[in-house]
Amino acid sequence: MPSQVVINPITRLEGHGKVTIFLDDKGEVSRAYLQIPELRGFENFLVGRQAEDAPQITSRICGVCPTAHHTAATKALDDLYKVDPPPTAKMIREMLYSVFMLEDHALHLFFLGGPDFVVGPTAPKAERNVVGVIQKAGIEIGKQVIAMRKDLRGILTELGGKVIHPVYGLPGGVAKPVTADMQVRFKEIAARGLKFASFCEKLFEDVVLGNPAYVKAIMSEGYTHRTYYMGLVDEKNRENFYDGQIRVVNPSGSEVARFPAQEYLDHIAEHSEPWTYVKFPFLKKVGWKGFVDGPDSGVYSVAPMARLNVCDDMATPQAAELYEKYFETLGGKPVHHTLANHWARVIEIVYAAERFNGLVSDARITDPDIRTIPTETPKEGVGVVEAPRGTLIHHYKSDDRGILTSANLIVATQHNSARIAMSVDKAARAVIHKGVVDDGILNQVEMAFRAYDPCHACATHSLPGRMPLLVTILGPDGTLLREIRRDG
Amino acid sequence: MADKPKVAFYWCASCGGCEEAVVDLAEGILDVIAAVDIVFWPVALDFKVRDVKELPDESITVSFINGAVRLSEQEEMARLLRRKSKFVIAFGSCSHMGGVPGLANLWDRASIFAWYYHDAPSVAPGNVREPREHVRVPEGTLELPAFWDTVKTLDQVIDVDYYLPGCPPTPKLLADAVGVLLRGDLPPKGSVLAGTRALCHECPLNESKPEKLLLKDIRRVHLTKVDPEKCLLAQGLLCLGPVTRGGCEALCVKGNMPCTGCFGPTDEVRDQGAKGIAYVSSILDFDEEADIERALANVPDPVGTFYRYSLPRAYLMRTRKVMPHA
Amino acid sequence: MMQTEEFQPRIVAFVCNWCTYIAADAAGVARARYSPNVRLIRTMCSGRVDPQFVLGAFEKGADGVLLCGCHPRDCHYSVGNYKALRRYKLLKKMLSQMGFEDDRFRLEWISASEAEKFRKVVEDMTERVRRLGPFKPNGSSTPNGGK
Ligand code: SF4
Ligand code: SF4
Ligand code: SF4
Ligand code: FES
Repeated sequence: MPSQVVINPITRLEGHGKVTIFLDDKGEVSRAYLQIPELRGFENFLVGRQAEDAPQITSRICGVCPTAHHTAATKALDDLYKVDPPPTAKMIREMLYSVFMLEDHALHLFFLGGPDFVVGPTAPKAERNVVGVIQKAGIEIGKQVIAMRKDLRGILTELGGKVIHPVYGLPGGVAKPVTADMQVRFKEIAARGLKFASFCEKLFEDVVLGNPAYVKAIMSEGYTHRTYYMGLVDEKNRENFYDGQIRVVNPSGSEVARFPAQEYLDHIAEHSEPWTYVKFPFLKKVGWKGFVDGPDSGVYSVAPMARLNVCDDMATPQAAELYEKYFETLGGKPVHHTLANHWARVIEIVYAAERFNGLVSDARITDPDIRTIPTETPKEGVGVVEAPRGTLIHHYKSDDRGILTSANLIVATQHNSARIAMSVDKAARAVIHKGVVDDGILNQVEMAFRAYDPCHACATHSLPGRMPLLVTILGPDGTLLREIRRDG
Repeated sequence: MADKPKVAFYWCASCGGCEEAVVDLAEGILDVIAAVDIVFWPVALDFKVRDVKELPDESITVSFINGAVRLSEQEEMARLLRRKSKFVIAFGSCSHMGGVPGLANLWDRASIFAWYYHDAPSVAPGNVREPREHVRVPEGTLELPAFWDTVKTLDQVIDVDYYLPGCPPTPKLLADAVGVLLRGDLPPKGSVLAGTRALCHECPLNESKPEKLLLKDIRRVHLTKVDPEKCLLAQGLLCLGPVTRGGCEALCVKGNMPCTGCFGPTDEVRDQGAKGIAYVSSILDFDEEADIERALANVPDPVGTFYRYSLPRAYLMRTRKVMPHA
Repeated sequence: MMQTEEFQPRIVAFVCNWCTYIAADAAGVARARYSPNVRLIRTMCSGRVDPQFVLGAFEKGADGVLLCGCHPRDCHYSVGNYKALRRYKLLKKMLSQMGFEDDRFRLEWISASEAEKFRKVVEDMTERVRRLGPFKPNGSSTPNGGK
């Protein structure tokens, strides 16, 4: 009879995600399961709603990345009404999107995934948090981080109405123009944003890449899966958050598909399992072969590392340089090491800052022509963006009045769910032996999925955030042998 | 330290946005931390359910609970915090009125599963697996919490002292609420800690709102060129400002978009949807049935329009036994 | 269904003081046999009936709600009944979204002299609601499907 270890993120006592590890009678891992136990039914209750309300309704899927859902829904409405927004409207959307990505990625660096690295994965748990990061980087930096975040969120509030659940997205445009006065103020913030982004990247390089032990951890087999990758690219195959085609590369890095979002159903299908509420998307043409990697398995991955793997270049100069360095350091393309997501994320911080700066400095951004009023009869539309945590697809159908008749959403963390489940299993196998389970080991298991910055609010319409752990070790007869808490 | 009032934050079924709103206090959070002892805040601090259990009853001054209630465990946590706290504040629309996810009450478990695991176009053909509460896998048994049919408001499961409305509440209102509670100048139990008047009173466009508003036309926002200088309702857009509680300082309107009512109705109103209907009916300038129907064609989704944030709190919809509300 | 025979629907009728109430009274005085299932609530004008009253009646156990006022152009307060008509239209639309059967909520113009019409409307509505069975909020009558 195997014994059972349950890593229960008790911040989600209500069960927003837990890891159950089964050990065999030798104390080795026979299988680790990541369970995501919640679902909210957004696809159902979107039906009957006015299509134009979808950007505001779907943003409530997640209060951490509301802008991603808002934008994907807005783009789906452009397609539903077959309306092309004026150039400035697209620029404003992409500018706000870059601001959001910059701010969200920085949040992850300082609050969520970063502490493991900046402070160290086996550092005392009391230091493995944002306070620890700030101590390492200096208190002045802490203040700067808070101020930067506030300024960026101020932009989203001013143009978007609200930063948490914005209101600016309309089919055919945006609700509010950028005035000349705003442009002046936002440019100043963008200039600081550039410096801030460079600082973030430098911090990561110094602390992580400067430490051979960390580099070894990143490269280690326990954190590696050779899967397919998916992400948005522009017409020159450069990474893009806001628009473009979906590109898929195989585990050797060659393109196997490149398609507009409207064709997602030809390429993506979803598998489900009885032990979790989340669905597992896979590449339809390769097929679902279970929780395995390699070219024969349709499992694929999204998010920062995947985005760098699928593109040929970055569209901005500093990010392009870092892109080169990233692949050089990590042994070529594609990178399969889950923990490399952290580095990819800081490169994207730089890209977001450069993009924001470029768009806000463009003279056209203050053009008051920001809306095209739809004239076509609505029918069906698909919208896609790269959310911080990966490709996000919204698909709606409506009747002639623009009342939604069906909705289908494939969200960022969900694409990653099979690979995350595999990562947790593999990491558990790599670090738990002879039934020895201690706090540091558990953190390493947890690191495996924190690297994806998984947002279970998005995946299942449950909750985001950091997950401290409760580990319950049960004897063969089900009696409690030991309990370990790993706090956030 | 020991003498500082204890404060707890907790979430039930939430999008995380209410938690972000706490973080958006920005440097203000330092003032809060200086004034209180946060004993429990899962998103940011060590999780200590057991520590909470060990606290004497009513030893937490105030618990802020966001999110609606859908799972038994959420109900249990709410009860635990109720017992340990002097005051419980329902924080945010979800907790206050059920919120946007409360629209799921138009459906039930079976219909949600049917779409999500079988009928959605991306589900692999022939997929037959649905999640179950107990599942045998080769290595043992896995458990999942049950998925309920109904989303509930916080005050449908525990006694609530105050409400902080909004989706999410603004950091300013949160800071004000903390201040009020710490100073001890307590409003009557059941108060909603935001404006007492309708949103229009704090809207920058209020001056352009005619004294007596009569509409010949209701317009949908995506089909309307909006004049940002003129009351949106007067332009025919269904801005819910006149029937929504003030307190947000008209955030959406400042974004050139109509208010959708996340702060809930004003004090005397219990059913937000019914109030919305009464209001719109009173400003439509038509008497003939055919005209009325034509105008109302542009209100194609009354539930989603007037109950966007409050379906679980509605008179109807599986809420016959709701607890009395402020 | 067996139950259909035995089920006695409860219908709440909001009646305007100046017209239908008088008609109802006359119908009662004349001992016309109109259904014992109806409970009259007198209001000063159909325009005074807030949608919250209607929903509240259902919440408190009504199986159907009847709203009666003066004929168009006859309202004592000149436009109350038009307001009632607008509310009725919008509320009806919303109730249908919530899964309400059409027959559970009805608006009729009945003047003081139309006792017979009142009787007929009540009888007809009672019969229709009887056929529908007891009102349950959409989907499930117990919270959480009994869980
Ligand atoms: S009230 Fe709004 S912000 Fe708060 S949890 Fe609910 S949906 Fe999210
Ligand atoms: S109706 Fe809306 S836009 Fe007009 S004053 Fe009120 S809140 Fe402002
Ligand atoms: S304007 Fe209305 S919907 Fe927007 S935040 Fe304020 S109360 Fe909420
Ligand atoms: S007075 Fe009878 S309806 Fe107005």
